Amino acid sequence: MCSGRVDLEYVLRAFSNGMDGVFIGGCRLNECNYITHGNYDALNMVLLCKRIMRHIGLDPERLKIAFMSSADGNLFAETMSAFGSTLKKLGPLGKAEGLDDEELKTRLAEITKLVPYIKLTKFEKLAARLENPEEYDQHFTQDEIERLFDEVVSFYIDPEKCQACLICARRCPVGAISGAKNQIHIIDQEICIKCGTCLEVCPEKFSAVVEISGESAPPPIPEEQRTIVR
Amino acid sequence: MTLVRKPRYILEDQCTGCTTCVEYCPVVYPDPFNQEISTNKAIHIYFAQAVPLITYIDESCLYLKEKKCGICEDVCENDAIDFNQTAEEVEVKVGAILLAPGFEPFDPKAGNHYGYGEMQNVVTSLDYERLMCATGPYEGEIRRASDKKHPQKIAWIQCVGSRQVNPPGGNSYCSAVCCTYTQKQVILTKDHNPDAECTVFHNDIRSHGKDFERFYQRAEELPGIRFIRSYVSIGKEIPESKNVTIRYATPDEGVKEEEFEMVVLSIGLNPPADAVRLAEELGIELNPHGFCEVNPKNPMETTKPGIFVSGAFQGPIDIPESVFSASGACSQCGELLDYRRGKLSRERIYPPERDVSGEEPRIGIFVCHCGANIGRIVDVPSVVEYAKTLPHVVYAQEQLFSCATNCAKEITDMTKEMGLNRVIIAACSPRTLGPLFQDTVREAGLNQYYLEMTNIREHCSWVHTMEKEDATEKARDLIRMSVARAAHLEPLQEIDLSVNPAALVVGAGVAGMTCALSIANQGHEVHLVERDHDLGGKARSIYQTLEGLDVQAYLRDLVHKVYQNPLIHVYTDATITDADGYVGNFATRVVSERGTTEIRHGATVLAVGADVYEPSEYLYGEDDRVMTLLQLEEQINRGSEKVTDAQGLVMIQCVGCRNEERNYCSRICCSESVKNALALKKINPEMDIYILYRDMRTYGFDEDYYREAADNGVKFIRYEPQDEPVVEAGESEEGRPVLKITTPDYILGKKVEIDADIVALAAALIPSAGSREVSQLFRVPLNPDGFFQEAHVKLRPVEFATDGVYLCGLAHYPKLLRETIEQAYGAASRVLTLLSHDAITASGSICEVDENVCIGCGQCVSTCAYGAVELHKTRQGKKAIVNPVLCKGDGLCTTKCPTRAIQLKHFTDDEIWAQIDAAVETAQIPSKI
Repeated sequence: MCSGRVDLEYVLRAFSNGMDGVFIGGCRLNECNYITHGNYDALNMVLLCKRIMRHIGLDPERLKIAFMSSADGNLFAETMSAFGSTLKKLGPLGKAEGLDDEELKTRLAEITKLVPYIKLTKFEKLAARLENPEEYDQHFTQDEIERLFDEVVSFYIDPEKCQACLICARRCPVGAISGAKNQIHIIDQEICIKCGTCLEVCPEKFSAVVEISGESAPPPIPEEQRTIVR
Repeated sequence: MTLVRKPRYILEDQCTGCTTCVEYCPVVYPDPFNQEISTNKAIHIYFAQAVPLITYIDESCLYLKEKKCGICEDVCENDAIDFNQTAEEVEVKVGAILLAPGFEPFDPKAGNHYGYGEMQNVVTSLDYERLMCATGPYEGEIRRASDKKHPQKIAWIQCVGSRQVNPPGGNSYCSAVCCTYTQKQVILTKDHNPDAECTVFHNDIRSHGKDFERFYQRAEELPGIRFIRSYVSIGKEIPESKNVTIRYATPDEGVKEEEFEMVVLSIGLNPPADAVRLAEELGIELNPHGFCEVNPKNPMETTKPGIFVSGAFQGPIDIPESVFSASGACSQCGELLDYRRGKLSRERIYPPERDVSGEEPRIGIFVCHCGANIGRIVDVPSVVEYAKTLPHVVYAQEQLFSCATNCAKEITDMTKEMGLNRVIIAACSPRTLGPLFQDTVREAGLNQYYLEMTNIREHCSWVHTMEKEDATEKARDLIRMSVARAAHLEPLQEIDLSVNPAALVVGAGVAGMTCALSIANQGHEVHLVERDHDLGGKARSIYQTLEGLDVQAYLRDLVHKVYQNPLIHVYTDATITDADGYVGNFATRVVSERGTTEIRHGATVLAVGADVYEPSEYLYGEDDRVMTLLQLEEQINRGSEKVTDAQGLVMIQCVGCRNEERNYCSRICCSESVKNALALKKINPEMDIYILYRDMRTYGFDEDYYREAADNGVKFIRYEPQDEPVVEAGESEEGRPVLKITTPDYILGKKVEIDADIVALAAALIPSAGSREVSQLFRVPLNPDGFFQEAHVKLRPVEFATDGVYLCGLAHYPKLLRETIEQAYGAASRVLTLLSHDAITASGSICEVDENVCIGCGQCVSTCAYGAVELHKTRQGKKAIVNPVLCKGDGLCTTKCPTRAIQLKHFTDDEIWAQIDAAVETAQIPSKI
């Protein structure tokens, strides 16, 4: 496995468990063990995650990535000692940032729910290869991340148009859509990962699924009104 | 032949390399491995990466000398010391012998060059290499002998013992590697100490290796670095500071004397110390320099059939050439011994695998003391007690050395006895012993993917030697994390892939043909595909090598052998239209004079050669007196009077390379120019021949020909790229129409004008026109210069990162004919390593798609550089599918997948989450999975 295998969600999970810092070590850039150069992907993930951390009020210094070979023992020791002192200076997670445990957990949980959406929208940048360290800072900007969360999309099934054909319900990868024959389908926004599969597969003649950006989806119609009378 | 095996005085099976004995050994003496700068003990491990990584006892031992001491015997907890061992004579019957005795560093003490041995702060480059090394005398700190201070101002002197006829004691040849290793030392010195001032006194800079030109530029452009072209001598040692002065000369400032805190002598390569004895013993001949005499048609052949040579015993060569000459010599041993292949190997039989899928996890933990390595820092017994309290753990014990044979057996036995279905070994890094312990659990009837290793040595005891309690705490944390992961482990199957025994060789120049013949001579069918109508490639326009080999006769013979070999199928006028498949099972479509053929093959060799740059400089193409070196060679061999009767002839080096557009050295042109100059001087000794060069790069033994040319009156004038020669048509003083060449002469300090009847340009070798297309067809990379990019420049110089695809010849980088032959045999050897097996095993740790969750977004497909993931159509839309053969298990796709549909087996989200959660002691570890 490659450092590029480290998932954004792992980092969020570690913070959610109360870890004060997360360190990711990868091979030296351009010396990837694989031809995929996955350490660049790890770097992109870290750059993105740091912006997200700022967005939710966590100090991005708590996350560090460094590239070194197995022969760089001294560098590793120096890096880890320095990271250790940084964390000591910052103090315990959340407290230093003025966030109570519950608030922090809630914020992290909200972001974690959006990970699939982030992966889909930021795919190209997550797979980029930044040749020059000067590009790191601007790869993901804070504005861009704020916009990403402001304009987060939701998918909603228009009860007027749904013909209860079950196609979207069958194709939803997370089972977020409930419905049956002659029963208008509903997306459970708590489960939905915003992948857009429902929008893609809803037959064009129905076009029942709508994408809503920047505001939450309307509440689902009451259970008793779900039956379609033809 | 009879071999003598010296006693190690150590039982190899028992010693675990814990080095407790080394700590207690009372004999301290200068360590030869660290150039006698630091000390070592009579019992010691030779060096940090020694194989096997265990101790031996040398002649300085008190017990061996006077039967005193024996402390090591007392402290060894494994009873691995055996003073009764004696030298053993072993007689072996062999069908071929391969000599690889290496070289001996030049000893500057012998001729007392440059004050080495007299002045404390004059060191050799090998001394310096050890000083820089993390396992060196000062753990990677560069200190000088006189006051142990870090030197700030360091000078390197190049060509110490090389390119040296006067005074005697040196070698006339060029050692070929020193320019670049010096640049490496300069770069590393700056890494160690950014303020260091480094000065390199050099003759020609010979960066003729692949990517070496850029490496040179990288060193030269560092701040505080000076490269000064000057002969030097050592002035004096300053008594107070022990600094050393160097006298040198520059064109602007004349002779100067400058003080340095340390002087490094870039010493060359001598023949191995006992070369003469070895040669006598084996009945082979040595060349006048004392290296092995080799066949010019095959530099891996000695003068005695069946005895081959590789590496620096052939002459001074760099690592890539050493590696491919080693592979190449192996291929020739293979040709001799093919009929015996596989006769001595035995297959390992494991007990049948127990199906544990229905069982609750039953985890066993073995915590290793590693002698004192872990045990003296981490409180192992308390860790074992803690481990027993963790969920699913049914057994835990400590071991002195888990890797020792008896302990491994204990693991197997306990696994069976306790009915364990997961085994955790808390010891060292899985990088070294992971495969061994996988075997151990297989011996117990478990799938090897039920093994989990916890690294409590490198990750714990070794880095926390001062914090015993914290280290123990950390060991507990790490084991708790491993237990969490182990509960989720799944059995995985490694797939056996069948291997098609045929090979495809693309390109039928000397490289392709040599490679094809060697593969065919080991019993495998070869499909040899050539773009042209005739075989031979670039060698068709070469008549002689510098050593005097008749290339055309050699080539005729080679082509004849290719056509005669019933296992080689030749396709000429061929184009490759399609290439598909993977290691062991390729399918390539070829359109040739035979029509369209679909070739199925297990291995692919790319030997597509290179082209010659067509100059736009120096009136080339405008004036027919200006030609390339190859055209000159052709005219010489045709006996063209226009050339042989010329009064003046000028060769200009580095045309079309070592510039911005092609930032590399074409490596062979300096030798080629010298070759043609010598040939012309032989025909017409009166001819005035000038070679205008930037750095003469006649590396290795070719240096002797350079000297011979100079002795024969060939004039060498250096120019700099910013002040290139100018060629114009004009008239001589006698009114003869000539080409007038104006070029600076740095020795005379003015411009000189030369009249020439012929100007020959050393035109660069450039990547073959078809390279890009071939690279795309076979999905292998090109480097920034357009040559094919091997898997590893030094260690895997004939293979691509893509399994089953190999390269050789000019397609890799410009090289001399003899080097091409070596690399071609080298590629053949790697091909045989693959094709001689009926099947290859692919790892079980690869990616897999859950189609129910896959939304067909294709992010995994575009992430995978191996092309292992594809989308296919299903009734539920597009779904990703992994080709298990191509997947290398990096797991990038897994992090890109929005729905977790694609998972890297053995490193699944569930397994890693469990570990992350268990890192926090208070986190809930699910008791059920």
